[in-house]
Amino acid sequence: MNLTVIIMFLVFVGATLVITYFASKRTQSTKDFYTAGGGLTGWQNGLAISGDYLSAASFLGIAGAIALWGFDGFFYSVGYLTAYLVVLYIVAEPLRNLGKYTVADMIAARFELKKVRAFAALSSITIVIFYMLAQLVGAGALIQLLFDIPYSISVILVGIMMTIYVLFGGMTATSWVQMVKAVLLMIGTLIISFLVLLTFNFNIFAMFGEMKNVTAPELEGSFLNPGAQGNSPLNNISLIVALLFGTAGLPHILMRFFTVKDAKTARSSVMWATWIIGIFYILTIFLGFGAAALLTREEIIAANPAGNMAAPLLAERLGGDFLMSFVAAVAFATILAVVAGLVLSGASAFAHDIYGQVIKKGKMTDREQMLAARTAALSVSVLSIILAIFAQDQNVAFLVSLAFCVAASANLPVIVYTIFWKRFNTQGAISGIITGLVVSLALVILSPNVMDPSGSAFIAMEPIFPLDNPALFSVPAGFIGAFLGTFLGKAESHEKYREVKVKSVTGISTSDVSH
Amino acid sequence: MSKIDYKKISDQPEFEALLRKRNRFILPISIFFIIATLIFPVLTGYTDLLANEPFGNISWAWIYAFLLFIMVWTLVTIYMSRAKKFDKEADEIIRKYKEGEYE
Repeated sequence: MNLTVIIMFLVFVGATLVITYFASKRTQSTKDFYTAGGGLTGWQNGLAISGDYLSAASFLGIAGAIALWGFDGFFYSVGYLTAYLVVLYIVAEPLRNLGKYTVADMIAARFELKKVRAFAALSSITIVIFYMLAQLVGAGALIQLLFDIPYSISVILVGIMMTIYVLFGGMTATSWVQMVKAVLLMIGTLIISFLVLLTFNFNIFAMFGEMKNVTAPELEGSFLNPGAQGNSPLNNISLIVALLFGTAGLPHILMRFFTVKDAKTARSSVMWATWIIGIFYILTIFLGFGAAALLTREEIIAANPAGNMAAPLLAERLGGDFLMSFVAAVAFATILAVVAGLVLSGASAFAHDIYGQVIKKGKMTDREQMLAARTAALSVSVLSIILAIFAQDQNVAFLVSLAFCVAASANLPVIVYTIFWKRFNTQGAISGIITGLVVSLALVILSPNVMDPSGSAFIAMEPIFPLDNPALFSVPAGFIGAFLGTFLGKAESHEKYREVKVKSVTGISTSDVSH
Repeated sequence: MSKIDYKKISDQPEFEALLRKRNRFILPISIFFIIATLIFPVLTGYTDLLANEPFGNISWAWIYAFLLFIMVWTLVTIYMSRAKKFDKEADEIIRKYKEGEYE
């Protein structure tokens, strides 16, 4: 570790602590804590969504995967991006108009029964835990690699930072950390992309031409064509299903829509996010190709077998120590921004949904709610740090795609039916969430992630279910489960649906008519 | 805080028309982008249709992927402009309700 890295690292940590200090002064009420007072503008929230969404896995992982596997490394970016059309066209505006702090709020806007809220919160918590565990374990390994700090200290360091942001600065600090990170990430990738393009004299065809010649014994087919990594087509389809439908069910992403004042702003924040995220994914191609052209495959793999060090090594080759340090600092910022968002959404599910609404039945003073929110944030942080330290040697990277899968199977069907289906009822909502959740988890336990005859996974035996990601089956199962549950349950009065319909389409609220 | 009469609003022909228009706009486009996305791994996984390289060494698979990016930005832009029109109609409905024209 050299001086430049330490200085950049300290500058970033210092800057985010200043942000947190000012944010803490503005965090007076529960609304401030969960939604930054609902006062973010479209571009601010768009940046924050990008900062919340683009994890270190996207930045270092995709760049590295493109460097090693060419087209196959880029392939999933398509699913990560088009997912925002589902968010924009189907979920964002009704969610903003119906909910308050959480996804469960939105579903509870139609079904007041506490059980529905409890199940909705349960699936959110499951998603957050999976996502968080994968992020923290990845972060520990990455910081170890980038800064040469031991794994458990890395995890604790990240854990302490995320806890400080959320505990003191709530959503305001989290949002600003995410915005700063998104800007840094874009600057970093733009600089490297520019330098890569410069080496190809800005000739894209020359760049692709050179990539055509990339060969390696482990490549199954051409570097520039699909299939080089040898993934089964069905696996790819299933993962794209998870990404496409899962994003619109991720609690920490959906929570961001409550930080803006109305549906109009929610919509413009998605617009900003799709531009930023889309451009970022395009730039990862230059990062990956640049690494494949300017570094040797051996040195990328020697630094990290998954290719995570391709971007930092490329930065070092192109811009020396300074650029490499900058990229390492950006990666650190990236990790922090994502985990802080996760802590907050986990805390909201525990403190607002389960404790506040289900146990206390909504009868709490704002002071008590704040205390509950902060206690929950602290507990979520501590619990995930402990889990991450124990999971050091486990391969938990698949938990991210599993989180997307649970979001797509348990949350999205219920969200869609809540908004669009008149006949949908309490029974349907509960059975949809349970079916999506149980089928996802059961199939993953039977999958190669958990069952591997070589003993590299948790259970040493032939997997019973062949796909790594079960979304292809679990998403339809979630929709069918909710559908069947609806018909088995009692028909309910349409009064609530009428309210949902009017609110989601017009955004009318009591403040419109009370003055 | 007065209570909103949701039934009254949802019974208005203007509201029903707006709801229908919205759904008629959202549904076909959603089906389109879902199919456009899901067909991509099918085409790359089971066929060689996207393997040819029409421009230098850039194959159809890359072009399809870039087209999906362009599709996203185009559909976002279309949504933004359509939603603005829906906003106007929704605001009109809220205004009429507030001013008691639905009584």
